[in-house]
Amino acid sequence: MSAALDISAIAALLEEQFGEAAIVASEYAVRQPWLEISPAYLLAIGQFLRDDPRLYFDYLACLSGVDEGPKVGRIGVVYHFMSIPRLHRLVLKCFVSREIKDGTLPVLPSLAGIWRTADWHEREVYDLLGIRFADHPDLRRILLPEDWEGHPLRKDYVNPDFYHGIQTEY
Amino acid sequence: MPDVRHPNYERTELDYTELLRRSSPNRTQLQDLNSEEMVLNMGPQHPSTHGVLRLELVTDGELVIEAIPHLGYLHRCFEKHAESLPLPQTIPYTDRLDYMASMNNNLAFVMGIEKMMGIEGKLPKRVEYIRVLVCELNRIASHLIAVGTFGLDIGAVTAFLWCFRDREHLMKMLEWVSGSRMLYNYIWIGGLFYDLPIGFEERCAEFVRYFKPKWRELNDLLTTNRIFVDRTANVGVLPRDVAINYGCSGPVLRGSGLKLDLRRLDGYSVYPEIEFDVPIGRGEMGTTGDCWDRYKVRVDEVGESLRIIEQCLEKLTKAYPRGEDFDPQALCPPKARPKAGEFYSRAENPKGELGFYFITDGRRDIPVRCKVRAPSFSNLSVLPELSRGILIADLVAILGSIDIVLGEVDR
Repeated sequence: MSAALDISAIAALLEEQFGEAAIVASEYAVRQPWLEISPAYLLAIGQFLRDDPRLYFDYLACLSGVDEGPKVGRIGVVYHFMSIPRLHRLVLKCFVSREIKDGTLPVLPSLAGIWRTADWHEREVYDLLGIRFADHPDLRRILLPEDWEGHPLRKDYVNPDFYHGIQTEY
Repeated sequence: MPDVRHPNYERTELDYTELLRRSSPNRTQLQDLNSEEMVLNMGPQHPSTHGVLRLELVTDGELVIEAIPHLGYLHRCFEKHAESLPLPQTIPYTDRLDYMASMNNNLAFVMGIEKMMGIEGKLPKRVEYIRVLVCELNRIASHLIAVGTFGLDIGAVTAFLWCFRDREHLMKMLEWVSGSRMLYNYIWIGGLFYDLPIGFEERCAEFVRYFKPKWRELNDLLTTNRIFVDRTANVGVLPRDVAINYGCSGPVLRGSGLKLDLRRLDGYSVYPEIEFDVPIGRGEMGTTGDCWDRYKVRVDEVGESLRIIEQCLEKLTKAYPRGEDFDPQALCPPKARPKAGEFYSRAENPKGELGFYFITDGRRDIPVRCKVRAPSFSNLSVLPELSRGILIADLVAILGSIDIVLGEVDR
């Protein structure tokens, strides 16, 4: 069993494998350093993170959708990985434009085929933040009713006045 | 007879049953079924679903072809609330996530904020030991429910009654500490709501003395009981790699034979100073990772929690006794406003890894984002995997052995 890698070593491995363009931003000087990657590489990087013996990220601890608001105009997902045998951790971010054009939601690739944890967590992100995950096995709402309109954790969300004829605010 | 319908009910032209069907439709359509298959709806009011969980079962006679969980019946918008309230005011909401183990929820939430504010490690030892003490008491209470209702699900009523009898002692003690029976709001950012009440340590020691033989007795009732073993051994076997891939944690992951406990791994609070073992499933009665293993891990963990409580009591009475000048709220900041940044805080709850992911902007007391990674949510997601081609009666056993609490699945 080799030693745990730190974030710059992981970033170097990713750059070696996918080139400079894969990592678009990073922050090392904080308590939990993170890497932001381009959505185009997400699926390939996910597969590499899990399968490469030096990285071996077998545990996807948390997957959170984050809306940065209309001013910044970005929406995305933050992944918290852990490698159980190596005991290193990684925070990965992936952002796209948050605009909904003609009812089409922003799209990110789904990681449910690599970590099954992502299945329900991506459904939750879709439900609450309105990101569509391409090639997700079963993308339905999970916490809210199927006929709910809108995605409540978006920063510009406005509560509907009625749901099934029941007033929502008093 | 007054009209009890809602005044706005008239606004809808749709039939109420039709509205319900629209809000939570079955995934399985009639044309997808083979001629011998049938869709059976289990829940949301079925007692063995431990809350309001609906399982859509595609069955062939007694066999389950597929189980599709439908969640959200208890969704209370925790994350939306957290984004509109100052951080200390969210602590009472965390009580309501896993309401069987509110102390542990408080601790996980508070630790994250303390780390973001940089005051962790500065707390008085007495505060830390009290935190661990109440968390472990709460862990026992949670596992008593898990074991008791698991027994009840598969027909052992006595175990359930015994568990609830002993849990009542714990509830009374924690009520004495915090003023509330289940939803404590006791662990605050930078400290505690109050010191332990006078005489608590003695009563707690008395409880440990009372509970140890009772726990052995209960153990004898179930663990090697022939009927219980037949219903749980080799049922719902969860291989280790599947458990990891689904993000399972806590007793579900340890039941599959992986020694992973965040109390040990992260060593938060004063856990590094305390001696305890991490029990794992070994397949004693059947295959590693079956329902019996998950049950046994919980039973063993109660024993370990008792050990931790004894060590905490020892420290709290000798090394860090109560004093006139001890103020558990001394370090509580008047305003919890961490610097701009983000942090993922995790702790070992009775159900598994409870994580909070905070993003703060440093300008307001209100977080920009507060995501909850609920252990039961990920643990429950493995249920469809475990329930292919099993008997309906076994499904109940598997669900009981996963030990979900819908308050935290639905948030």
